[in-house]
Amino acid sequence: MAKKQCKVVVNESLCKGCNLCIEYCKHGALRSSSGLNKMGYHYAEPSEEAECIGCMMCTLVCPEVAIEVYGE
Amino acid sequence: MKLKNKWPKYYKKDVSTHYCPGCGHGVVHRLVAEVLEELDLGKRAICVNPAGCAVLAYKYFDIDVIESAHGRGTAIATGVKRAKPELFVFTYQGDGDLSAIGTAETIHSANRGENICVVFINNAVYGMTGGQMAPTTLLTQKTTTSPGGRDPQFDGYPLHITDVVAQFPGVTYAERVAVNSPAAVLKTKKAIRTAFQVQVDGLGYSIIEVLSPCPTNWKMSSIASHKWIDEVMSKEFPLGVLADRRKRG
Ligand SMILES: Cc1ncc(C[n+]2csc(CCOP(=O)(O)OP(=O)(O)O)c2C)c(N)n1
Ligand code: SF4
Ligand code: SF4
Ligand code: SF4
Repeated sequence: MAKKQCKVVVNESLCKGCNLCIEYCKHGALRSSSGLNKMGYHYAEPSEEAECIGCMMCTLVCPEVAIEVYGE
Repeated sequence: MKLKNKWPKYYKKDVSTHYCPGCGHGVVHRLVAEVLEELDLGKRAICVNPAGCAVLAYKYFDIDVIESAHGRGTAIATGVKRAKPELFVFTYQGDGDLSAIGTAETIHSANRGENICVVFINNAVYGMTGGQMAPTTLLTQKTTTSPGGRDPQFDGYPLHITDVVAQFPGVTYAERVAVNSPAAVLKTKKAIRTAFQVQVDGLGYSIIEVLSPCPTNWKMSSIASHKWIDEVMSKEFPLGVLADRRKRG
């Protein structure tokens, strides 16, 4: 079965850099930013190494409703 | 491509919360808002807020909220529900609020079997005021007022208040859950949904205790806090259904 094509988007201004989404994304589709957001946090961002498969684990654990996942 | 997770209707959009990174309050707020939407309760819902870190929850929930004096949440909820039974009434309370200063209100509202729901956030400390020991603080746990670790000879033992009220015939549903993994979050949502449905069906009192991370006062990372709930906190406070009297005649 072909992997589902999905897209993860992190709202940089809501993210507090808790890294929980990165921990629970077992597909390596998220990483911590090198830059800081306005609150001073290293926010989560899509990684370049792996694609999002739309499993929604990151959205479940995010305390800030900062993640949107797009897919079919 | 379609958006697979839409913003909960009864959670104010794009408002940044005052909670610390990795705090469990944000997760439980979102779950409450999702369940209110799924059960179509938002327009008739009243949340009774605590004193504690969730004191500002009215800035986030897009429903009517009453601010309570510390610990008095279930007394206020009792009054609102008795005066206006058509409303959906729930309290949102921390462990300091519900099981220390509010113990009398908690016990008697449960014993009376008021037709209200209680969302109980147990993070084993007084979060808002700087991480003091709470009745729920674990043995040997270090807090600002138990710097050598909680000593049962001096401080007593962790209070299992949900187990206490679960004994009362007036309590229809009681469950302890956690928010320290994606699967645990899903279970917590199901528990909140069950509890809210109990009130909708007029079956009486329900309480959901959520083991919830406070990374700031536990002095741990968010990820270490999740592990600590799994490895330490849930051993003292085991997860599961503590009372289910929905089927009584
Ligand atoms: C009558 C009264 N006494 C004391 C306080 C101070 N106070 C505010 S919040 C709080 C404890 C909060 O702890 P908890 O209920 O566990 O909630 P958390 O902040 O951990 O979410 C205390 C003692 C108060 N607001 N009112
Ligand atoms: S939806 Fe799944 S695969 Fe995509 S970023 Fe979130 S956790 Fe990773
Ligand atoms: S879980 Fe949410 S707040 Fe935490 S790092 Fe990921 S997007 Fe940011
Ligand atoms: S002090 Fe603890 S409970 Fe309060 S917002 Fe911070 S992490 Fe959450």
